Amino acid sequence: MSEAITADGIRKRYGDVQAVDGVSLSVATGEFYGLLGPNGAGKTTTLEILEGIREADEGRVELLGLSPWPRNPKLLPRIGVQFQASAFFNKLTARETIRTFASFYGIGPRAADAMLERVGLTESANVLTDKMSGGQAQRLSIACALVHDPELVFLDEPTTGLDPQARRNLWDLLRDINAEGRTVVLTTHYLDEAEVLCDRVSVMDHGKVLKTGAPAALVREIDDTVRVRIESGLLTVDRARELLTAAGAEHTNLEDDGVTLALSTAEPGPVLAVLAEQNALRGLEVRGATLEDVFLQLTGREYRA
Amino acid sequence: MTATERPPATAPAPAPAGEEKANAFVGLSRVMLLGFLRDKGTLFFTLALPLMFLLLFGVISKGGGTSHVKVAEVGQVKVLDDALAHAEGALDALEITKDLNEADALAKVKKGDLDGLVMEGPDGTLVLRFSQADQVKSSTVQGIVNSLVQGANQAASNAPAKYTLDSSKVEDDSTKPIQYLTPGLLAYAVAMGAVYGASFTLVTWRKKRVLRRLRLAPISAGTIVGARVLVSVLVALAQTGLFLIVAQADYFGLELTGNWWLVLPLVVCATLAFMSIGLVTGSLAKTEESANGMNQLIILPMSFLGGAFIPLDFAPSWLQDISRALPLRYLIVPAKSVLSQGGGLAEALPAMGILLGFTAVLSAVAWRFFNWDDA
Repeated sequence: MSEAITADGIRKRYGDVQAVDGVSLSVATGEFYGLLGPNGAGKTTTLEILEGIREADEGRVELLGLSPWPRNPKLLPRIGVQFQASAFFNKLTARETIRTFASFYGIGPRAADAMLERVGLTESANVLTDKMSGGQAQRLSIACALVHDPELVFLDEPTTGLDPQARRNLWDLLRDINAEGRTVVLTTHYLDEAEVLCDRVSVMDHGKVLKTGAPAALVREIDDTVRVRIESGLLTVDRARELLTAAGAEHTNLEDDGVTLALSTAEPGPVLAVLAEQNALRGLEVRGATLEDVFLQLTGREYRA
Repeated sequence: MTATERPPATAPAPAPAGEEKANAFVGLSRVMLLGFLRDKGTLFFTLALPLMFLLLFGVISKGGGTSHVKVAEVGQVKVLDDALAHAEGALDALEITKDLNEADALAKVKKGDLDGLVMEGPDGTLVLRFSQADQVKSSTVQGIVNSLVQGANQAASNAPAKYTLDSSKVEDDSTKPIQYLTPGLLAYAVAMGAVYGASFTLVTWRKKRVLRRLRLAPISAGTIVGARVLVSVLVALAQTGLFLIVAQADYFGLELTGNWWLVLPLVVCATLAFMSIGLVTGSLAKTEESANGMNQLIILPMSFLGGAFIPLDFAPSWLQDISRALPLRYLIVPAKSVLSQGGGLAEALPAMGILLGFTAVLSAVAWRFFNWDDA
C-alpha cells in the first residue's frame, strides 16, 4: 500500500515553546488515522503543517507524493480540510455555502446539492448557516470539505459539541467516506470515537508522538488487568483482602472511596467467585482497559482535551 | 430569510462529470454581494444614511436661502417711503408691513415674527428697533436702514455721490447648495461602503477562518481581491446612481453638465483608494469592533476635513492643506466640477491619478500587515 502522508522529523517552535518536537508519521492510502493528544500536545500544529497551512521549521512532509509547503495549487484539489469552527460565509444558506465552496473547484451546483443530500441537509438547504444546529453545521462543514471529491480528508474534531445521537449518525458518515477509499485523518476529543473509527492512532504529547498503533493493540499492550467494582458497604476492605487472599485470587489496588469498592486483577474469575460467594455483587462492574487507560499511562494525565 | 417548509427533495442524480462548470470568481462575487444585500446594518450605513443626510442637508440649506427681512413701518417714515418710491429693486430684501402700532410691532419683533421696526423719532432721527436673535438678519436690517439714512443725507446735501459701491456675488448665480452637497455626501457614502466592505470582509473572514479555508482552495489571491473590488465598485456605482436621481429631483434641482459621466471613473478610482484604507484597518484589526473604531476614526475626520459635509471654500488655508492629503478631496472637488460646473477631463484625470496613487501606497502598507490567521 502506498503512503498518503509521510512526515519525517518535523519541528515547529513558537518563541520559547517547542510546539512540535520531531514528529515522524506515515498514513497509508485508504487508512482511517487518528491523531490524539491533550490541548497543547502539538496536534493542531502538526495537523496545520500536514495540511500546508504552516511551514515546519525542520523536517519533511509529503502528501500524495507532493510537498504541501509552499502552497501547492496542484495538491489542493486532492485534499479536503474540515474546520473545527464553523468557517462559513456570512448571511448565506447551507445550499449557497456549499455551492460557493464547490465553485472554488470548478464544480457545478448540481454536484454541490448532491453532497448536501449525502450529509442529510437537503431539508435545511435554505437555512442560514448561523441559524443551523451544531450537528447541522458540522455536517455542512464536512460536506464542504468533501464537495470536490478529495482523496485525502482532514477532519478536526468533527463531533465536538454534538449530542450522542448526532455523533453516532456522523460516525456512519465518516465510515462511509473512508469506505469509499479515501484516506481520513481525524483529531478528536473522544477516545471512544477514535477506538471505534480509526484503523490506527498516534498519541501525542509535548510535541512528540508517544505511541502509534491500532487502538485494540495499544489497549492490549498496556496490561491485561481488568477493573472490578462493586457497591461500597457490602464488604470492608480488610475483609475483602482476607477472603481474596484465602482463596488465592490475585489482586492489586484494592480500595474503597465510600461509594465503590474497586480492585484490579489479571484474573477476574477467582475474584468474582469470592464476591459471588459472599453475595456481594450489587452494582458489579467489570471493565477492561480502554484507550483512555492507554492515554493515561502514556501521558500521565486524563484525556480531557 | 427563514427556513422554508419544503417537501423532501428526491435524490438528485449524480451530476455527470464535466456537465456543469462553476467559476470561483463568480462564486466569491456572489457571496460578497449577498453578504452586503442581506446585512441590514451595512445597507443602512452605506445607502440609507447618506441619502438621509442628502435629504436633510438639502432641505435645511434650501430653507436658509431666503434672506428676506421683515420690517414694520410704524406711522409714516419719509426716508423709507422716498427710497421705496425712487429705488425699487434695491430694497428687494425688505418686506415692509404697515398698519401696526408701535406696541404691537415691538411685540412682534420680540417674538421673532418681525425682524425690525422703523419709525421716525424727534428731530429727524430714524428709530430702528431690531432683535439680535438672528444675527444675520439683524445685521442685514441694520445695514439696509443705515444705507437708507446715508442715501437720504447725501440727497439732502445735493452733492453728487463721490464713491459708489458696485458689489456682486462671487458665485455663479446658479450655484445651489445641492451642487456641493451631492458630491460631498456621495463621497462620504462611497468611503463608508468601500472602507467597511474591505475591512469587514478581511476581519470576519479571518476570524471565522474563512480566509484559511480559501487558502486551502485552489484559487488565487487575485480572484479574491478581484471579486471584492467588483462588488465594492458595484455598490459605489449604485450609490452614485441613487444620489444623482435624488439630487436631480425637482425639489433639489441639480442640473448635470456635459461631462457629468466622468464622475463614474472618479468614483471607481476613489472606491479603490477607500478599499485600500479598509485593507489596512482590516489587516491591523483583530475584531470587527476594533476595525469599526479605526474606520470611523478615519472616515469621520476625513469627511469633515475633506469637505464632505461643509464646503471648504472658506476654510483656513492650513485646513485646505490637510484636506489635500486625504483621498476624499480628490473625489469631491472634481466630482463637483464635472457634475454641475462644466468641468471635464482636465479636472478629473489628475484626481484619478492621485487616487490610484493612494491605492498603490496603502495596498502596499496593507500587504505588509496582512495575516491569513489571527493566531
